[in-house]
Amino acid sequence: MAFVIEVALLVVVLGLIWRYLGAYLVAVYEGHLHFLDWIERPVLRLLGIQRDAEQSWKRYLRSLLVFSVVSLVITYLLLALQGHLPLNPEHLPGVTPALAFNTAVSFVTNTNWQNYSGGVTMSYLSQMVALAVQNFVSASVGVAVAIAVIRGFARKRSGTLGNFWIDTLRGIIYVLLPVSIVMTLVFVWQGAPQTLLGPAHIHNVLNGVHQTILRGPVASQEVIKQLGTNGGGFFNANSAHPFENPTGFTNFLQIVLLLSVPVALTYTFGKMVGNVREGVAVLMAMIILFAGTFAFSLAAEKGGNPAIRAAGITSTRGNMVGKESRFGVDNSVLFNIASTQTSTGSVNSSADSYTPIGGMGMLAGMMYDEISPGGIGSGMYTMLIFAVLTVFIGGLMVGRTPEYVKKKIQRTEIIWASVGVLVMPITVLVFTAITVAIPAGRAAILNHGPHGFSEILYAFTSMGNNNGSAFAGLSSNTAYFNIVGAIVMLIGRFGIIIPVLALAGSLAAKEEVPVSAGTFLTATPMFTGLLVGVILLVGALNFFPAVALGPIAEAVLHGRFF
Amino acid sequence: MLTQIRRAIILSVLFAVFLGIAYPLVEVGLANAIFPTQARGSITPYGSTEIGQHWTGTRWFHGRPDVDNDEATGGTNLGPRSKVLLNNTKTLVAFWHAQGVNPTQELVTTSGSEVDPDISQRSALVQIPMITRSTGIAPAKLRKLIVANTSGPQYGIFGDRIVNVLALNRGLAALEGK
Repeated sequence: MAFVIEVALLVVVLGLIWRYLGAYLVAVYEGHLHFLDWIERPVLRLLGIQRDAEQSWKRYLRSLLVFSVVSLVITYLLLALQGHLPLNPEHLPGVTPALAFNTAVSFVTNTNWQNYSGGVTMSYLSQMVALAVQNFVSASVGVAVAIAVIRGFARKRSGTLGNFWIDTLRGIIYVLLPVSIVMTLVFVWQGAPQTLLGPAHIHNVLNGVHQTILRGPVASQEVIKQLGTNGGGFFNANSAHPFENPTGFTNFLQIVLLLSVPVALTYTFGKMVGNVREGVAVLMAMIILFAGTFAFSLAAEKGGNPAIRAAGITSTRGNMVGKESRFGVDNSVLFNIASTQTSTGSVNSSADSYTPIGGMGMLAGMMYDEISPGGIGSGMYTMLIFAVLTVFIGGLMVGRTPEYVKKKIQRTEIIWASVGVLVMPITVLVFTAITVAIPAGRAAILNHGPHGFSEILYAFTSMGNNNGSAFAGLSSNTAYFNIVGAIVMLIGRFGIIIPVLALAGSLAAKEEVPVSAGTFLTATPMFTGLLVGVILLVGALNFFPAVALGPIAEAVLHGRFF
Repeated sequence: MLTQIRRAIILSVLFAVFLGIAYPLVEVGLANAIFPTQARGSITPYGSTEIGQHWTGTRWFHGRPDVDNDEATGGTNLGPRSKVLLNNTKTLVAFWHAQGVNPTQELVTTSGSEVDPDISQRSALVQIPMITRSTGIAPAKLRKLIVANTSGPQYGIFGDRIVNVLALNRGLAALEGK
């Protein structure tokens, strides 16, 4: 019963966030707000940028790529050299080159795949300056791209999409940082540590237990990890760790944080293209996919764990293997689904220990391209690619020239949209196939059989979608996984950003077409339904054979789906 | 191109200083001023109330059977068809039956963090026969202790009903006059 109230509360809170954060984002990126001019003006002067400077899509993209490469180099150096740098109370050595490369790529691409165990690999300086800074930056870059793409739809006969530097800066100072400053204190109040004191050594006289309790500046990193849909935990256990996610209330807040910006961007989109209902139509498609997947996974996890049943334990609680007592099954599944349907990838329970179909729900969220509601910014721009494809397919069926939010969809748009949709599945499937075929790949598996295949499929799906969650039994801190994984993450990030900015540039230059009797209206439930259909169809055509070999084969083997 | 690189470097340095150093340090200051206990990890002389411990023997209430390794946290990642998981669970079930306890699922499954500090109320209640046998404390008294240490769902809404094992065992020690 409490859980039903919690879900209802989540819907209400997200509704308010959708309306008000959505409108706030419009004001931030259209330059209507000036209360932080005292930060913005000096920074822009330092960068040598006029406040009204605009960039074409190519310049926007070039700035983004240069900035990402520089971020990558700085992050790599900080990690590799942490042994010589301050704020290292555990005296940890520098991170090895392959792992530092993988981690730098992982955080710059907003993936936060972690081939290391946070608490015992990263110094406080690395956590704060290398990793948490990228949590802010990669998130703000994601929103900037989404805004640039929305401008592409909103502008008429324009050669520009905004300014990358200004958008990235505003996202951080107006949105990500203020929320983080306040929420960090809420997390500390609930029990997340925020200290530089180093590990605590405990001796409990009651049971004779000695413990070394790792701590650090956890809360400040935790909030941006969720808000920026990053997902890289301070500790290996991620949001299952009581210091990262101390209570049922923080668990709720973490879910709200990671859904907030992706959901709000649909309002921002509607507002900026001149019809909020266009945003509602897209949001409804996201909600349908989210709710369906959640119900699917929850039903499976409620059914219990076959190994535990075989050992003679019958429980009405569902599968508690790898789940925390304070969350139980309901809140564990809700968290993990929210985290895999956005590109967050943090987990509050072990994904690898989920039932086959429960784990398949998490995989599915990533396989339909992280759009329900998707990662911060990336969910919105990927969803718009699907919207373009949907009007195209709809147009083919009835023989009309497709239009979307008053823009004609023509050859150039369809080419870029197709590239944007195909890059991810091709990358994921090709690298999964290569990896299961070679010994270096198979050696990393913990659980053999179909579940082992799922571990590898899950890893590449997660990296290719910049999610970062894992069937963590896979021992992926090897040269092969570090380097190949980094390549997959780079393709997953920039392989979509490049075509989507090209698409936006082409749209921005176009004239607006007036709505006529022949226009296929997109602010309608009919469009929402078609959009969901196209997403499911594309996802199923790409991934059904792979899923059949993993989770479905596993479920068939022990003769039980739910 | 050079202009872009220069901009990227300047902005990265600014972000490193303000987001990487100033922001967390200001939060450390604020957190320690407003919530000093939580900011340092809720440490008591008996351990952190938030971090689970390994309770053994028959004189104490047990928590989740997590490994006794507080540094590298994270679940076992054993899949639902794992033989290791099946055998581990069978061993734990046999242990509990030997103590005259009919275990709940939490008492035979490890958690997601491997430092889960809590168990469900029922998981504490089923341990009463074992504790009574080794300490001589009446079951009714133990039941009262467990109920007094039960909390949740938090604010009536969030999470499950739980018992903090460290708090429960400190209550038990007080009952025994230790």
